[in-house]
This record gives sequence, C-alpha cells and structure tokens, in this order.
Amino acid sequence: MEYLSLFVKSIFVDNMIFAYFLGMCSFLAVSKNVKTAAGLGLAVIFVLLVTLPINYLLNTYVLAPDALIKGVDLSFLSFIVFIAVIAAIVQVVEMVVEKFSPELYSSLGIFLPLIAVNCAILGGSLFMQQKDFMNIGEACVYSLGSGLGWFLAIVSLAAIREKMAYSNVPGALKGLGITFITVGLMGMAFMTFMGISL
Amino acid sequence: MDAKLKETILNPIFKGNPITVLVLGICSSLAVTVTMKGALVMTLSVIVVCGISSLILSLLRNTIPGRVRIIVQLVVVAMMVILVDQVLKSFEATYAIDKQLSVYIGLIITNCIVMGRIEAFALGNKPWPSFLDGVANGAGYGIILIIVAFFRELLGSGTLFGFDILNRFGYIPNNLVILPPFALILLGCIVWVQRSIQKDLQEK
Repeated sequence: MEYLSLFVKSIFVDNMIFAYFLGMCSFLAVSKNVKTAAGLGLAVIFVLLVTLPINYLLNTYVLAPDALIKGVDLSFLSFIVFIAVIAAIVQVVEMVVEKFSPELYSSLGIFLPLIAVNCAILGGSLFMQQKDFMNIGEACVYSLGSGLGWFLAIVSLAAIREKMAYSNVPGALKGLGITFITVGLMGMAFMTFMGISL
Repeated sequence: MDAKLKETILNPIFKGNPITVLVLGICSSLAVTVTMKGALVMTLSVIVVCGISSLILSLLRNTIPGRVRIIVQLVVVAMMVILVDQVLKSFEATYAIDKQLSVYIGLIITNCIVMGRIEAFALGNKPWPSFLDGVANGAGYGIILIIVAFFRELLGSGTLFGFDILNRFGYIPNNLVILPPFALILLGCIVWVQRSIQKDLQEK
C-alpha cells in the first residue's frame, strides 16, 4: 500500500514538470509532435529507472556519512558521482539500443545522448537523496513514477501543441510564449491532485 | 573596450537572452523564484559557475581531445558547482538560505546555459572574452529570474526580500502566485512583452 501511494504521488502530485520544472529544456524543445515526444518520454522513463536505484545504492553505501569508513562523510561528492553514473548509463543505453534496436535508435536520434543533461534525471537522484527512502524498492517505485509523470506531461503537451497549430495566436505570443502559458495552465490542472492524501 | 567585446556582454542581457530567446536553463530557474533571496542566490551561483568554468575550459581548449570534451566539461562544471554548494552551505545558518535550494544548485550542472556557452563560445575563443561571455549569460539568466521573483514575492507574500511591502496596506497574499504554474504564466508574459518590442524574434 505504501508503494502504491508513493507511486501515485510521484506521478501526479510531485510531477517532475508541473511541480518542480525539471527537464523543462527538452520538454519545450521536443514537444512539437506526439511521436517524438513519446519516444523521448520512454527513454527518460528507462534511464530514470536504471540510474536512480544505482545512485540510491551509491548514496546509501558509499556517500552517506559513516557508510564507507567510520567518521568519513563523502556526501559533498554526490553531484559529481551522480552525474558520472548518469553519463555512463546513458552511454551504455545508447550502445545497447543501437545494437539491438537500430529502428528505435534512429527514431530517437540526438535525444538519447542529450538525456544525460536532462535535469529530470539528475533532479530525480538529488530528490531521492533528500527524501531518505527506506529501501531500494521505494527508490525504484519513485523512479518509475517520476518517469511516467514526465512521459505523461510531454505527451499531453505535444498533443495540445499539435492542435494549437490551427489556432490564431497573437504574433508575439506564438511558439514559446503560448507554450509557457499552456504549461502553466496544465500545471494548474495538475495542482488539483495536491488535495489527495494517500 | 572594443565593439565586439561590448557586444559579447550586452547581447545575452536582452537581445539574445538565454531564457527568453534561446530557451536554455529553464529547469532550475523557476522553482527558486518564490522569493527574491532565492533568486538572487541562484543568480550569483550561476554567474560564478558559468563565468569560471568558461574561463577554465577556454584555457584548456587546445588540449582537450574532441571526443571526450563533454565529459571534461561535465567534470569542470561539477567541480565548480560543488565549490559553490559548499560555500553556500557554510552560509546556510547565518543567512538562512533555504535547504531546498541545494537541489537546484546541484542542477546547475545540467543547466543548459553553462554547457551551451562552453560548447558554443568558450571552446573557440580566448579566455577573457569567454569569461565575459559566461558572466554575461549568467546575468541575462539572472535578470529574468529576478523579474519573475519580484512579482511572485510581491504578489504572493506581499513582501520583498522578506520586508513587508503590501501587507501593511491590508493586502491579502495571493497563494496562487506562489504555486509553480504561475511562474510559467509570468514567463510567458515576459516573452510576450519582449517579442512585442523586438518584432524580429516572433515565430511564424
């Protein structure tokens, strides 16, 4: 039951995009059509699901105070360790996808390597560090939930933007401006989940 | 100061602003704009990280092999961010800096502005212009941050830097402004204003 509430919470209430603005850059850049948006969303889910538990283990058994050697606190190294793990995993994922599914590889294109610098991935690890999860199961559930939340957000924004191409938007608001406002309004809709207590 | 250097400094502030024109570094910019203090701390951190890592990588630009440059950039930027984070941690108690800010300071590593400027400018230019370019882009980012934070703190809490401004006149703080969506709508309005002034930026 705890897992379920953490899962639902990380998708809707603590949504990476609407509650924390993480991964905004690629969110805005890649949301022009639903198909590529869904591809990037899936890649983000996957990378989050792999990196976050690894970073959780590193954080608990190496970086936390007294974890490796008694009296040594390595937590100041966490940024550099997390980003190194993420960069390495993204590299591995890229190679695996290229080998086993060239189709998916060519459709994701440049977005796959760019996931390494997606704030949602590093942000997930940094929030994990703050949230003090009890065990690795919680970390896995949290990473899956956050990834799904991100996926949901980018696919729905892409769908709205596809429709918006037909509407008459003031010149100065076209493109970036109206997208910001749309994301804001979507965020307000997601705010309604805040009242749910699980 | 010659004209080119001046252009390097002035361009990112308005005409080529990293947030509203290049759409870089939005991730970390919005969550810290609930208060002016958070925005100011974030601005200073980004200016320091962006300026100094541009300087370091510009000095190293002829010795880094092209294939591993991303990882070298990440290491230099991560090092600078760790330094800034440690400095801020030591001031945490004295100036009551929000703990949540630490996550967003960490996210400067993946802030596209820093990596983008290094990739686009520092790796092809001399150290001094690269340093100025980094600082100017940090400042361009900071200006937007401070504008957003000004409205959010003034309307959301009725204060500025924690000092009471509107509440004494019987203003009831609007909680909606503190919530994340409003930052995006405000940013959308800033883009709207800027593109109305600079017509050439409008998209078709």
